[in-house]
Amino acid sequence: MSTQAKAGNGVERPLSPHLFIYAPSWTMVMSVVHRGTGAALYFGTLLLAAWLIAAASGPAAYDWAQWAFGTWIGRLVLFGYTWALVCHWLGGIRFLIWDMILGFGPERRLLALGTWVLSGVFTILIWIVGYMVK
Amino acid sequence: MSLRTPLSSVRGRGSAKFGTEDYWLQRVTAVALVPLTVVFILAIVMVVGAPYERAHALLGSPFVAIPFAAVVIAGVLHMRIGMQVIIEDYTPSDAWKILFVLLNNFFSALVALAILWAVAKLSFGV
Repeated sequence: MSTQAKAGNGVERPLSPHLFIYAPSWTMVMSVVHRGTGAALYFGTLLLAAWLIAAASGPAAYDWAQWAFGTWIGRLVLFGYTWALVCHWLGGIRFLIWDMILGFGPERRLLALGTWVLSGVFTILIWIVGYMVK
Repeated sequence: MSLRTPLSSVRGRGSAKFGTEDYWLQRVTAVALVPLTVVFILAIVMVVGAPYERAHALLGSPFVAIPFAAVVIAGVLHMRIGMQVIIEDYTPSDAWKILFVLLNNFFSALVALAILWAVAKLSFGV
């Protein structure tokens, strides 16, 4: 990682040290995970668009989409998408709490870890309910 | 009156003046998406196992179509800003940065239009 940033006018400016000089912490890990899940959800919108367009296009297209999402790899992708959504949702709530200048005490670690644990629990619950309704 | 020196305004572009607006819109859409995501997941769970006619009817009903449209509008505004921040953080050169930010805007607009088209067709279409 370069410690010099090239500005638009070609002047080399020093960057403040980041990420790699700090000891990893749960808040840092969950911050990175939040960005990662956000990026995944960004491209995941294509899945939603494809599914809704298929549903809008008629029974044949819808059946094909249902088949594609029903294959084991389709289900795996959708399971990952569910987890990314739940994790980003919980992480977002955590950041909104921090935006209100709350939860910066020792509980900050619990908030970060809670995102990790609860996202798994909620994802599994959603899929159990999904299979039960089906 | 600007406090910048003439030399500084010639050399650099300075800030784009959208920082506060983007920061605030990111949080407004985040707050909106907290309840909307719950409705979205519930609706998906209800629809996903249904046969075509029932799925079509559910997706076209106002109780699903309106929250879906809201999720897409808030979600796309939210993800466009989020992805732009990622691009600005990691893209080394200005040329790539401008290209990726541009592509990000096009992608976001396209996804929003595609989903809104589908929701509209499911609601009013033949």
